[in-house]
Amino acid sequence: MVQDGATPVASYPFVSREPLEPPAEWAQLRRTCPVSRVTLPSGDEMALVTRYDDVRRVLSDPRFPRPTGEDSARVAATESGGLFRSAMAQAIPQVGEAHLRWRRMITKWFTAKRMAALRPGIEAMADQLVDGMVAAGAPADLKAHLGFPLPVWVICDMLGVPESDRDRFSYWSDSMLNLTRSTQAEMDAAQDEFVEYLRGHVAAKRAAPGDDLLSDLITGTDSDGGTLSEPTLVATGQGLLVAGHETTANMIAKMVAMLLSDRSRWERLLADPSLVRTTVEEALRFDADPGIGMPRHLTEDLDVGGTTVPGGTTVMCSMGAANRDDEAFADAGEMDLGRSPNPHLAFGAGPHSCLGQALARTELQVVLAVLLRRLPALRLAVDPARLQRVEGLAVGGLRELPVRW
Amino acid sequence: MKVLLDQDSCVASGQCVMAAPDVFDQRDEDGIAVLLDDTPGADAADGVRQAAAICPALAIAVQD
Repeated sequence: MVQDGATPVASYPFVSREPLEPPAEWAQLRRTCPVSRVTLPSGDEMALVTRYDDVRRVLSDPRFPRPTGEDSARVAATESGGLFRSAMAQAIPQVGEAHLRWRRMITKWFTAKRMAALRPGIEAMADQLVDGMVAAGAPADLKAHLGFPLPVWVICDMLGVPESDRDRFSYWSDSMLNLTRSTQAEMDAAQDEFVEYLRGHVAAKRAAPGDDLLSDLITGTDSDGGTLSEPTLVATGQGLLVAGHETTANMIAKMVAMLLSDRSRWERLLADPSLVRTTVEEALRFDADPGIGMPRHLTEDLDVGGTTVPGGTTVMCSMGAANRDDEAFADAGEMDLGRSPNPHLAFGAGPHSCLGQALARTELQVVLAVLLRRLPALRLAVDPARLQRVEGLAVGGLRELPVRW
Repeated sequence: MKVLLDQDSCVASGQCVMAAPDVFDQRDEDGIAVLLDDTPGADAADGVRQAAAICPALAIAVQD
Protein backbone atom coordinates (compact mmCIF):
# COMPACT_ATOMS: atom_id res chain seq x y z
CA MET A 1 0.00 0.00 0.00
CA VAL A 2 1.05 3.59 -0.55
CA GLN A 3 1.11 4.75 3.06
CA ASP A 4 3.92 3.70 5.38
CA GLY A 5 3.44 2.49 8.94
CA ALA A 6 4.01 5.96 10.38
CA THR A 7 1.03 7.52 8.62
CA PRO A 8 -2.06 7.59 10.84
CA VAL A 9 -4.89 5.53 9.37
CA ALA A 10 -7.98 7.63 8.65
CA SER A 11 -11.37 6.78 10.12
CA TYR A 12 -14.02 5.87 7.56
CA PRO A 13 -16.65 6.93 6.56
CA PHE A 14 -15.40 10.51 6.30
CA VAL A 15 -17.35 13.40 7.75
CA SER A 16 -18.36 16.36 5.61
CA ARG A 17 -18.80 19.82 7.07
CA GLU A 18 -21.57 20.78 4.64
CA PRO A 19 -24.57 18.46 4.19
CA LEU A 20 -24.61 18.74 0.38
CA GLU A 21 -20.85 18.92 -0.18
CA PRO A 22 -18.46 15.95 -0.42
CA PRO A 23 -15.84 15.36 2.28
CA ALA A 24 -12.52 17.09 1.50
CA GLU A 25 -10.77 13.71 1.65
CA TRP A 26 -12.27 12.59 -1.69
CA ALA A 27 -10.32 15.08 -3.79
CA GLN A 28 -7.20 14.80 -1.61
CA LEU A 29 -7.04 11.03 -1.87
CA ARG A 30 -7.79 10.93 -5.60
CA ARG A 31 -4.85 13.26 -6.08
CA THR A 32 -2.30 11.96 -3.60
CA CYS A 33 -3.23 8.51 -2.35
CA PRO A 34 -5.61 6.62 -4.65
CA VAL A 35 -5.29 3.43 -2.58
CA SER A 36 -5.38 4.42 1.07
CA ARG A 37 -5.74 2.59 4.37
CA VAL A 38 -8.85 3.38 6.37
CA THR A 39 -10.40 2.04 9.56
CA LEU A 40 -14.09 1.13 9.51
CA PRO A 41 -16.43 1.51 12.53
CA SER A 42 -15.71 -2.19 13.19
CA GLY A 43 -12.06 -1.32 13.88
CA ASP A 44 -11.01 -3.41 10.87
CA GLU A 45 -8.89 -1.89 8.11
CA MET A 46 -9.71 -1.72 4.44
CA ALA A 47 -8.04 -0.27 1.35
CA LEU A 48 -10.09 2.68 0.09
CA VAL A 49 -10.14 3.29 -3.67
CA THR A 50 -11.29 6.72 -4.90
CA ARG A 51 -10.33 7.23 -8.58
CA TYR A 52 -12.94 6.55 -11.28
CA ASP A 53 -10.85 4.13 -13.35
CA ASP A 54 -9.74 2.18 -10.28
CA VAL A 55 -13.22 1.94 -8.76
CA ARG A 56 -14.63 0.83 -12.09
CA ARG A 57 -11.90 -1.80 -12.54
CA VAL A 58 -12.22 -3.31 -9.06
CA LEU A 59 -16.03 -3.42 -9.18
CA SER A 60 -16.02 -4.94 -12.68
CA ASP A 61 -13.54 -7.72 -11.88
CA PRO A 62 -15.61 -10.93 -11.82
CA ARG A 63 -13.06 -12.69 -9.56
CA PHE A 64 -13.76 -10.67 -6.47
CA PRO A 65 -16.84 -11.22 -4.28
CA ARG A 66 -18.27 -9.11 -1.53
CA PRO A 67 -16.55 -9.65 1.81
CA THR A 68 -18.91 -12.24 3.27
CA GLY A 69 -16.33 -14.59 4.79
CA GLU A 70 -14.60 -14.80 8.16
CA ASP A 71 -11.26 -13.72 6.67
CA SER A 72 -12.59 -10.42 5.32
CA ALA A 73 -12.84 -7.07 7.07
CA ARG A 74 -16.09 -6.04 8.76
CA VAL A 75 -17.84 -2.69 8.35
CA ALA A 76 -20.21 -2.30 11.31
CA ALA A 77 -19.28 -1.77 14.94
CA THR A 78 -20.88 -5.04 16.02
CA GLU A 79 -19.49 -8.52 16.44
CA SER A 80 -20.82 -9.82 13.12
CA GLY A 81 -19.68 -6.76 11.17
CA GLY A 82 -23.08 -5.97 9.69
CA LEU A 83 -24.62 -6.10 6.23
CA PHE A 84 -21.99 -7.76 4.08
CA ARG A 85 -21.37 -10.58 6.55
CA SER A 86 -25.06 -11.20 7.33
CA ALA A 87 -26.77 -14.55 6.79
CA MET A 88 -28.60 -12.81 3.94
CA ALA A 89 -25.35 -11.99 2.12
CA GLN A 90 -24.09 -15.53 2.64
CA ALA A 91 -27.23 -17.21 1.27
CA ILE A 92 -26.94 -15.50 -2.13
CA PRO A 93 -24.40 -16.92 -4.60
CA GLN A 94 -21.56 -14.39 -4.96
CA VAL A 95 -19.42 -15.38 -7.93
CA GLY A 96 -19.31 -17.28 -11.19
CA GLU A 97 -22.04 -19.27 -12.87
CA ALA A 98 -24.15 -19.71 -9.73
CA HIS A 99 -24.31 -15.94 -9.23
CA LEU A 100 -25.12 -15.41 -12.90
CA ARG A 101 -27.98 -17.95 -12.85
CA TRP A 102 -29.41 -16.41 -9.66
CA ARG A 103 -29.14 -12.88 -11.00
CA ARG A 104 -30.76 -13.70 -14.32
CA MET A 105 -33.82 -15.15 -12.60
CA ILE A 106 -34.43 -11.70 -11.13
CA THR A 107 -33.32 -9.28 -13.85
CA LYS A 108 -36.30 -10.14 -16.03
CA TRP A 109 -38.40 -8.17 -13.52
CA PHE A 110 -36.42 -4.99 -14.12
CA THR A 111 -36.42 -4.65 -17.91
CA ALA A 112 -37.16 -1.39 -19.72
CA LYS A 113 -40.48 -2.92 -20.83
CA ARG A 114 -41.49 -3.79 -17.27
CA MET A 115 -40.52 -0.32 -16.09
CA ALA A 116 -42.69 1.27 -18.78
CA ALA A 117 -45.58 -0.89 -17.57
CA LEU A 118 -44.98 0.05 -13.91
CA ARG A 119 -44.63 3.78 -14.59
CA PRO A 120 -48.34 4.77 -14.51
CA GLY A 121 -48.83 2.96 -11.19
CA ILE A 122 -45.77 4.65 -9.68
CA GLU A 123 -47.03 8.00 -10.93
CA ALA A 124 -50.42 7.41 -9.30
CA MET A 125 -48.69 6.54 -6.00
CA ALA A 126 -46.53 9.69 -6.22
CA ASP A 127 -49.60 11.84 -6.91
CA GLN A 128 -51.40 10.29 -3.94
CA LEU A 129 -48.43 10.95 -1.66
CA VAL A 130 -48.15 14.57 -2.89
CA ASP A 131 -51.89 14.95 -2.14
CA GLY A 132 -51.16 13.83 1.41
CA MET A 133 -48.28 16.26 1.79
CA VAL A 134 -50.34 19.17 0.45
CA ALA A 135 -53.21 18.28 2.78
CA ALA A 136 -50.80 18.27 5.74
CA GLY A 137 -49.77 21.81 4.81
CA ALA A 138 -46.48 23.66 4.49
CA PRO A 139 -43.85 23.39 5.78
CA ALA A 140 -43.73 19.63 5.31
CA ASP A 141 -41.00 17.00 5.35
CA LEU A 142 -40.76 15.78 1.76
CA LYS A 143 -38.73 12.76 2.81
CA ALA A 144 -41.38 11.48 5.22
CA HIS A 145 -44.33 12.31 2.95
CA LEU A 146 -42.96 11.20 -0.41
CA GLY A 147 -39.33 10.06 -0.54
CA PHE A 148 -39.60 7.32 2.02
CA PRO A 149 -43.02 5.78 1.35
CA LEU A 150 -42.89 5.65 -2.46
CA PRO A 151 -40.08 3.10 -2.93
CA VAL A 152 -41.50 0.95 -0.12
CA TRP A 153 -44.92 0.89 -1.76
CA VAL A 154 -43.39 0.00 -5.12
CA ILE A 155 -41.10 -2.80 -3.91
CA CYS A 156 -43.80 -4.27 -1.64
CA ASP A 157 -46.12 -4.37 -4.66
CA MET A 158 -43.47 -6.14 -6.73
CA LEU A 159 -42.88 -8.71 -3.98
CA GLY A 160 -46.56 -9.18 -3.27
CA VAL A 161 -46.26 -7.91 0.32
CA PRO A 162 -49.59 -6.65 1.68
CA GLU A 163 -50.00 -2.90 2.30
CA SER A 164 -50.60 -3.49 6.00
CA ASP A 165 -47.06 -4.87 6.44
CA ARG A 166 -45.19 -2.01 4.74
CA ASP A 167 -44.29 -0.11 7.90
CA ARG A 168 -42.47 -3.02 9.48
CA PHE A 169 -39.82 -3.00 6.78
CA SER A 170 -38.36 0.36 7.73
CA TYR A 171 -37.19 -0.94 11.08
CA TRP A 172 -35.80 -4.20 9.71
CA SER A 173 -34.12 -2.41 6.86
CA ASP A 174 -32.47 0.19 9.12
CA SER A 175 -31.07 -2.50 11.34
CA MET A 176 -29.58 -4.39 8.37
CA LEU A 177 -27.85 -1.23 7.16
CA ASN A 178 -26.50 -0.44 10.62
CA LEU A 179 -22.93 0.74 11.08
CA THR A 180 -22.94 2.25 14.57
CA ARG A 181 -26.57 2.69 15.57
CA SER A 182 -27.66 -0.68 16.85
CA THR A 183 -26.17 -3.31 19.11
CA GLN A 184 -25.51 -6.86 17.96
CA ALA A 185 -28.52 -8.02 19.97
CA GLU A 186 -30.79 -5.49 18.27
CA MET A 187 -29.47 -6.44 14.85
CA ASP A 188 -29.93 -10.15 15.57
CA ALA A 189 -33.48 -9.64 16.83
CA ALA A 190 -34.46 -7.59 13.79
CA GLN A 191 -32.81 -10.09 11.47
CA ASP A 192 -34.69 -12.99 13.12
CA GLU A 193 -38.03 -11.20 12.83
CA PHE A 194 -37.37 -10.25 9.22
CA VAL A 195 -36.41 -13.82 8.27
CA GLU A 196 -39.41 -15.22 10.16
CA TYR A 197 -41.74 -12.83 8.34
CA LEU A 198 -40.32 -13.68 4.94
CA ARG A 199 -40.40 -17.44 5.61
CA GLY A 200 -44.10 -17.07 6.28
CA HIS A 201 -44.53 -14.91 3.21
CA VAL A 202 -42.66 -17.43 1.01
CA ALA A 203 -44.80 -20.27 2.40
CA ALA A 204 -47.99 -18.32 1.67
CA LYS A 205 -46.83 -17.59 -1.89
CA ARG A 206 -45.86 -21.21 -2.40
CA ALA A 207 -49.38 -22.29 -1.38
CA ALA A 208 -51.07 -19.63 -3.50
CA PRO A 209 -48.71 -18.06 -6.07
CA GLY A 210 -49.60 -14.57 -7.23
CA ASP A 211 -48.45 -12.38 -10.10
CA ASP A 212 -45.39 -11.10 -8.28
CA LEU A 213 -41.62 -11.45 -8.28
CA LEU A 214 -41.39 -13.73 -5.25
CA SER A 215 -44.05 -16.15 -6.54
CA ASP A 216 -42.17 -16.25 -9.83
CA LEU A 217 -38.89 -17.07 -8.07
CA ILE A 218 -40.60 -19.82 -6.03
CA THR A 219 -42.19 -21.53 -9.01
CA GLY A 220 -39.51 -20.69 -11.60
CA THR A 221 -36.29 -22.43 -12.57
CA ASP A 222 -32.95 -20.99 -13.64
CA SER A 223 -31.29 -21.58 -17.02
CA ASP A 224 -29.93 -24.85 -15.63
CA GLY A 225 -33.32 -26.13 -14.46
CA GLY A 226 -32.45 -25.46 -10.80
CA THR A 227 -34.75 -23.94 -8.22
CA LEU A 228 -33.88 -21.56 -5.38
CA SER A 229 -33.54 -23.02 -1.88
CA GLU A 230 -35.65 -21.67 0.97
CA PRO A 231 -32.73 -19.69 2.53
CA THR A 232 -31.83 -18.21 -0.86
CA LEU A 233 -35.47 -17.20 -1.49
CA VAL A 234 -35.70 -15.53 1.92
CA ALA A 235 -32.33 -13.78 1.46
CA THR A 236 -33.33 -12.60 -2.00
CA GLY A 237 -36.58 -11.16 -0.66
CA GLN A 238 -34.65 -9.45 2.14
CA GLY A 239 -32.08 -8.07 -0.26
CA LEU A 240 -34.69 -6.68 -2.62
CA LEU A 241 -36.70 -5.10 0.20
CA VAL A 242 -33.68 -3.46 1.80
CA ALA A 243 -32.07 -2.38 -1.47
CA GLY A 244 -35.33 -1.27 -3.04
CA HIS A 245 -36.24 0.85 -0.11
CA GLU A 246 -33.63 2.86 1.75
CA THR A 247 -31.30 3.77 -1.11
CA THR A 248 -33.98 5.20 -3.39
CA ALA A 249 -35.87 6.79 -0.49
CA ASN A 250 -32.79 8.73 0.51
CA MET A 251 -31.91 9.55 -3.07
CA ILE A 252 -35.31 11.17 -3.68
CA ALA A 253 -34.74 13.61 -0.82
CA LYS A 254 -31.10 14.25 -1.75
CA MET A 255 -32.01 14.88 -5.41
CA VAL A 256 -34.71 17.39 -4.49
CA ALA A 257 -32.34 19.05 -2.00
CA MET A 258 -29.67 19.45 -4.69
CA LEU A 259 -32.16 21.02 -7.07
CA LEU A 260 -33.71 23.39 -4.52
CA SER A 261 -30.49 24.44 -2.74
CA ASP A 262 -29.57 26.29 -5.96
CA ARG A 263 -33.02 27.17 -7.18
CA SER A 264 -31.78 28.13 -10.67
CA ARG A 265 -31.53 24.36 -11.21
CA TRP A 266 -35.22 23.87 -10.36
CA GLU A 267 -36.16 26.81 -12.59
CA ARG A 268 -34.20 25.36 -15.48
CA LEU A 269 -36.19 22.13 -15.12
CA LEU A 270 -39.49 23.99 -14.93
CA ALA A 271 -38.56 25.72 -18.19
CA ASP A 272 -37.49 22.45 -19.82
CA PRO A 273 -38.97 19.30 -18.24
CA SER A 274 -37.35 17.19 -20.98
CA LEU A 275 -34.22 17.44 -18.80
CA VAL A 276 -35.75 15.13 -16.16
CA ARG A 277 -33.93 12.02 -17.39
CA THR A 278 -30.43 13.58 -17.53
CA THR A 279 -31.10 15.43 -14.27
CA VAL A 280 -31.74 12.16 -12.44
CA GLU A 281 -28.45 10.72 -13.75
CA GLU A 282 -26.60 13.89 -12.76
CA ALA A 283 -28.13 13.85 -9.26
CA LEU A 284 -26.93 10.25 -8.89
CA ARG A 285 -23.43 11.25 -10.01
CA PHE A 286 -23.33 14.44 -7.92
CA ASP A 287 -24.54 12.80 -4.69
CA ALA A 288 -22.12 14.00 -2.01
CA ASP A 289 -23.30 11.42 0.54
CA PRO A 290 -24.05 8.13 -1.20
CA GLY A 291 -22.98 5.94 1.72
CA ILE A 292 -19.87 3.95 2.45
CA GLY A 293 -19.42 2.42 -1.01
CA MET A 294 -19.09 -1.19 -2.14
CA PRO A 295 -16.53 -3.53 -0.58
CA ARG A 296 -14.72 -6.34 -2.40
CA HIS A 297 -12.64 -9.15 -0.96
CA LEU A 298 -9.46 -9.68 -2.99
CA THR A 299 -8.88 -13.39 -3.41
CA GLU A 300 -5.49 -12.69 -5.04
CA ASP A 301 -3.08 -9.77 -5.55
CA LEU A 302 -4.40 -6.95 -7.72
CA ASP A 303 -2.70 -3.99 -9.36
CA VAL A 304 -4.78 -0.88 -8.70
CA GLY A 305 -3.48 2.18 -10.53
CA GLY A 306 0.15 1.07 -10.10
CA THR A 307 -0.16 -0.11 -6.49
CA THR A 308 -0.14 -3.82 -5.71
CA VAL A 309 -2.90 -4.58 -3.26
CA PRO A 310 -2.25 -7.98 -1.67
CA GLY A 311 -4.70 -10.85 -1.81
CA GLY A 312 -6.76 -11.08 1.39
CA THR A 313 -7.32 -7.33 1.50
CA THR A 314 -10.85 -5.98 1.68
CA VAL A 315 -11.13 -3.05 -0.74
CA MET A 316 -13.78 -0.36 -0.26
CA CYS A 317 -14.77 1.23 -3.57
CA SER A 318 -15.97 4.81 -3.13
CA MET A 319 -18.33 5.37 -6.05
CA GLY A 320 -19.08 8.82 -4.64
CA ALA A 321 -15.43 9.88 -4.87
CA ALA A 322 -15.10 8.28 -8.31
CA ASN A 323 -18.13 10.19 -9.58
CA ARG A 324 -16.39 13.49 -8.75
CA ASP A 325 -13.15 12.53 -10.56
CA ASP A 326 -12.08 15.28 -12.97
CA GLU A 327 -10.20 12.69 -15.02
CA ALA A 328 -13.53 11.04 -15.87
CA PHE A 329 -15.99 13.96 -15.98
CA ALA A 330 -15.52 17.47 -17.39
CA ASP A 331 -16.23 20.01 -14.64
CA ALA A 332 -16.86 17.16 -12.22
CA GLY A 333 -17.56 19.63 -9.41
CA GLU A 334 -20.42 21.27 -11.33
CA MET A 335 -23.97 19.90 -11.43
CA ASP A 336 -24.90 19.96 -15.12
CA LEU A 337 -28.53 18.92 -15.60
CA GLY A 338 -27.97 18.17 -19.29
CA ARG A 339 -24.78 16.08 -18.90
CA SER A 340 -24.70 13.30 -21.48
CA PRO A 341 -23.36 10.68 -21.64
CA ASN A 342 -23.08 10.27 -17.89
CA PRO A 343 -21.33 6.97 -17.10
CA HIS A 344 -21.46 7.48 -13.32
CA LEU A 345 -20.90 4.60 -10.91
CA ALA A 346 -23.76 5.26 -8.49
CA PHE A 347 -25.13 1.78 -9.24
CA GLY A 348 -21.69 0.18 -9.35
CA ALA A 349 -20.36 -1.51 -12.48
CA GLY A 350 -19.79 -4.98 -13.83
CA PRO A 351 -21.40 -8.27 -12.83
CA HIS A 352 -22.68 -7.02 -9.46
CA SER A 353 -24.01 -3.65 -10.58
CA CYS A 354 -27.35 -2.81 -9.00
CA LEU A 355 -29.99 -5.09 -10.44
CA GLY A 356 -32.78 -2.70 -9.50
CA GLN A 357 -31.20 0.31 -11.19
CA ALA A 358 -33.89 0.60 -13.86
CA LEU A 359 -36.54 0.70 -11.12
CA ALA A 360 -34.60 3.31 -9.12
CA ARG A 361 -34.26 5.46 -12.24
CA THR A 362 -37.96 5.14 -13.00
CA GLU A 363 -38.95 6.10 -9.45
CA LEU A 364 -36.62 9.12 -9.43
CA GLN A 365 -37.82 10.28 -12.87
CA VAL A 366 -41.47 9.90 -11.90
CA VAL A 367 -41.06 11.73 -8.58
CA LEU A 368 -39.29 14.61 -10.25
CA ALA A 369 -41.83 14.91 -13.06
CA VAL A 370 -44.74 14.79 -10.59
CA LEU A 371 -43.19 17.43 -8.33
CA LEU A 372 -42.52 19.76 -11.28
CA ARG A 373 -46.11 19.37 -12.43
CA ARG A 374 -47.82 19.54 -9.05
CA LEU A 375 -45.62 21.90 -7.00
CA PRO A 376 -43.73 24.27 -9.32
CA ALA A 377 -43.30 26.75 -6.45
CA LEU A 378 -41.46 24.13 -4.36
CA ARG A 379 -38.61 25.54 -2.25
CA LEU A 380 -36.59 24.61 0.83
CA ALA A 381 -38.12 25.71 4.14
CA VAL A 382 -34.68 25.88 5.80
CA ASP A 383 -31.23 27.16 4.88
CA PRO A 384 -29.51 24.31 2.93
CA ALA A 385 -26.57 24.50 5.34
CA ARG A 386 -28.94 23.49 8.15
CA LEU A 387 -30.02 20.21 6.55
CA GLN A 388 -28.82 17.29 8.62
CA ARG A 389 -27.31 14.07 7.38
CA VAL A 390 -28.41 10.61 8.47
CA GLU A 391 -25.63 9.01 10.49
CA GLY A 392 -24.62 5.51 11.44
CA LEU A 393 -25.98 3.66 8.39
CA ALA A 394 -24.24 2.17 5.35
CA VAL A 395 -26.36 4.40 3.08
CA GLY A 396 -26.23 8.18 3.12
CA GLY A 397 -29.16 10.57 3.24
CA LEU A 398 -30.78 13.56 4.90
CA ARG A 399 -32.75 13.18 8.11
CA GLU A 400 -35.55 15.32 6.73
CA LEU A 401 -36.21 17.72 3.88
CA PRO A 402 -38.47 20.59 5.02
CA VAL A 403 -40.15 22.25 2.01
CA ARG A 404 -42.79 24.86 1.15
CA TRP A 405 -44.69 25.40 -2.11
CA MET B 1 -21.58 1.68 -38.08
CA LYS B 2 -21.19 -1.88 -36.77
CA VAL B 3 -22.43 -2.71 -33.26
CA LEU B 4 -21.07 -5.60 -31.18
CA LEU B 5 -22.83 -6.84 -28.05
CA ASP B 6 -21.29 -9.20 -25.47
CA GLN B 7 -24.29 -10.98 -23.96
CA ASP B 8 -22.11 -12.89 -21.48
CA SER B 9 -21.13 -9.72 -19.68
CA CYS B 10 -24.52 -7.98 -20.06
CA VAL B 11 -26.05 -7.21 -16.64
CA ALA B 12 -29.55 -6.37 -17.90
CA SER B 13 -29.58 -2.74 -16.77
CA GLY B 14 -31.76 -1.81 -19.76
CA GLN B 15 -29.73 1.35 -20.35
CA CYS B 16 -29.09 0.51 -24.02
CA VAL B 17 -32.81 0.04 -24.69
CA MET B 18 -33.52 3.47 -23.22
CA ALA B 19 -30.73 5.08 -25.27
CA ALA B 20 -31.35 3.35 -28.62
CA PRO B 21 -34.70 1.51 -28.66
CA ASP B 22 -34.50 0.75 -32.38
CA VAL B 23 -31.16 -1.01 -32.01
CA PHE B 24 -31.43 -2.84 -28.66
CA ASP B 25 -34.09 -4.88 -26.89
CA GLN B 26 -34.08 -7.17 -23.84
CA ARG B 27 -35.00 -10.86 -23.66
CA ASP B 28 -38.21 -11.39 -21.72
CA GLU B 29 -36.82 -14.39 -19.85
CA ASP B 30 -33.83 -12.66 -18.20
CA GLY B 31 -33.52 -9.07 -19.39
CA ILE B 32 -30.29 -9.73 -21.28
CA ALA B 33 -29.81 -7.32 -24.18
CA VAL B 34 -30.29 -8.38 -27.78
CA LEU B 35 -29.30 -6.56 -30.98
CA LEU B 36 -32.20 -5.71 -33.25
CA ASP B 37 -29.92 -4.15 -35.84
CA ASP B 38 -26.13 -4.60 -35.87
CA THR B 39 -25.55 -2.06 -38.66
CA PRO B 40 -27.83 0.84 -37.73
CA GLY B 41 -28.12 3.97 -39.86
CA ALA B 42 -26.78 7.41 -39.10
CA ASP B 43 -29.96 8.50 -37.31
CA ALA B 44 -29.35 5.90 -34.58
CA ALA B 45 -25.61 6.58 -34.20
CA ASP B 46 -25.82 9.03 -31.30
CA GLY B 47 -28.08 6.73 -29.30
CA VAL B 48 -25.81 3.74 -29.89
CA ARG B 49 -22.68 5.66 -28.80
CA GLN B 50 -24.60 6.82 -25.73
CA ALA B 51 -25.58 3.20 -24.99
CA ALA B 52 -21.96 2.03 -25.32
CA ALA B 53 -20.74 4.81 -23.01
CA ILE B 54 -23.23 4.23 -20.22
CA CYS B 55 -23.46 0.42 -20.24
CA PRO B 56 -22.50 -0.62 -16.69
CA ALA B 57 -20.85 -3.76 -18.03
CA LEU B 58 -19.16 -2.07 -21.03
CA ALA B 59 -20.74 -4.85 -23.08
CA ILE B 60 -21.29 -2.76 -26.22
CA ALA B 61 -18.60 -1.94 -28.77
CA VAL B 62 -18.99 0.28 -31.83
CA GLN B 63 -16.91 0.07 -35.01
CA ASP B 64 -17.21 2.88 -37.56
